[in-house]
Amino acid sequence: MATQLTVTHYSQPWHGRALDLLGQIFKYAVLMVLAISFLLPFYWMVSSAVKNDAQVYVVPPIWFPRPQFWENFWNAWNSETFNLWTFNTVVRYAVPATVGTVLSSSLVAYSFARIDWKGRNAIFAIVLATMMVPDWVRLVPLFVIFKTLGWINTFNPLVVPAFFGNAFFIFLLRQFFLALPLELSDAARIDGASELRIFVRIILPLSKAALAVVALFTFMNAWNDYLGPLIYINQVDKWVLTLGVGRLRSAVDEIGNTKLAYPWLMAVSSLITLPVFLAFFFAQRSFIEGISLTGLKG
Amino acid sequence: MVALRRLLPATQREWRNFLLGIGFASPWIIGFLAFTIFPVGSALYYSFTRYDLVRDPVWLGVQNYVAFADDADFRLVAGNTLWWVLLSSPLGVFSAFLMALLLNSRIVFRSFFRAIFFFPAIVPVVVTAFVWIFLLNIQYGAINSTLQAWGFKTIPFISSPDWMKWSLVVIHMWSQGAAMVIFLATLQDVPKSLYEAATVDGANAFRRMWNITVPMVSPIILFNLVMSFISGFQYFTLPWIMTQGGPSRSAEFYAIYLYRNAFQWFRMGKASALAWVLFVLILLFTYLIFRTSGRFVYYAGATR
Repeated sequence: MATQLTVTHYSQPWHGRALDLLGQIFKYAVLMVLAISFLLPFYWMVSSAVKNDAQVYVVPPIWFPRPQFWENFWNAWNSETFNLWTFNTVVRYAVPATVGTVLSSSLVAYSFARIDWKGRNAIFAIVLATMMVPDWVRLVPLFVIFKTLGWINTFNPLVVPAFFGNAFFIFLLRQFFLALPLELSDAARIDGASELRIFVRIILPLSKAALAVVALFTFMNAWNDYLGPLIYINQVDKWVLTLGVGRLRSAVDEIGNTKLAYPWLMAVSSLITLPVFLAFFFAQRSFIEGISLTGLKG
Repeated sequence: MVALRRLLPATQREWRNFLLGIGFASPWIIGFLAFTIFPVGSALYYSFTRYDLVRDPVWLGVQNYVAFADDADFRLVAGNTLWWVLLSSPLGVFSAFLMALLLNSRIVFRSFFRAIFFFPAIVPVVVTAFVWIFLLNIQYGAINSTLQAWGFKTIPFISSPDWMKWSLVVIHMWSQGAAMVIFLATLQDVPKSLYEAATVDGANAFRRMWNITVPMVSPIILFNLVMSFISGFQYFTLPWIMTQGGPSRSAEFYAIYLYRNAFQWFRMGKASALAWVLFVLILLFTYLIFRTSGRFVYYAGATR
């Protein structure tokens, strides 16, 4: 701690050192204020989750509720079919979408990174350009198409496109594949291995870290997705978690009419944030590196 | 003919690679045709029609587009969205840059602070919406409840049209973790020798910042700004969940209006026209930024 504050610059006059010290104090002050205000919403969420109504509707706000009502978590979760919605979110949406994205994006990225074919760079430029196409332009016709196919109220509109690659992850994986030594593939080619074999046996095993990043991001995007399910799924027993919590929200809008509206909303909000928090806690490096990679092209 | 010849593979080996490459890329190529080209194309067709999903589309020509000219709703949402893009994007990028600068300086517990600054970016948007709704509640939200206790007037953060957009800006600045991480990675790549040389020459912290840091990361500032513009034009989920565009339509943004037309009123033709206007606007905006950015952005290694 102390070493951080003693700045040993080239011989500076005393007012220079005083300025540096002031700068340090200012920096830590800003840092602390920012950190507290960043954490505050989460603290408010969790602490409100264990309150009762008397502790919610009160001035000044209670920051350390006593006693705490931990049963709110259990009761709120069981007040609606959150178990079913979790099942839908994970098994019917997130897992298949993740499998599809990882498979297709790595296959396509391999083509752009390690097969030398005519027109490759032009096509890859188009891949990057598609990231600029707003989702909203495609949404209306896609809805029409999926409706014609009878896919409304199924997970197909959310899952099937995942099997056709994602421009962002193709870009990310291509960067990674490019960095692997070419000699690996050449040696295998001389031994007569097919391109598919090289991809599956050599490249994929070496890219576990990058594939994990793609899987992590895709899963999280599905877990957090609101707009997709909002448009394609309106049958309550097919809902996902993000739609389901909305039920508790409508209780909040009728203040006074519904008991424990805010605590329950905050309790379920906390619970669906928890997996994201745990994923982030244990895979912080993957998150940071995955995102840093995307800035490279800037 | 010669030009065409050059585009096609010549030798047998080139043909083999070409087919292999296309084969491996085929999932994306098929998906691109089915889920991008075809929809974007049919959106263009629908935009010239009246279409309610039940009856067949009726050809209207450019009527949908012409009608925007004296459509008060269109003007309202366009104004709101322009406000949003022009304010939230620079402020969001500024917030991300500031956080990255702080994290890049010599501090203790860096990864701890980085985690705190980053986390809001990956929280489900529904949770962000619900937590802030409560936090900013006029009576029992943490802020207003405290203000009352201290004898101040409450602030209608999300219940007054004058405040709503600003509240959204604050939430936006709070969830800039991704942009911050990209900045941080770039800042760490700035050669230390530049700073040392500048310090020897007597440049103070402000000068070092303005003459070294900012130019060195300027391509990333541009990148984050463009990304932020593109997503800003399509801003939907948070204002939709929080207030459905309210209060008094102050947070009724372009995408919300598009959503209403398409999925509440089933005016697919008008919604498609809205979508295409948005598309062209985004392309135009991006083009203009890249055209004018040359003067402000420094590319290391570029000869100019």
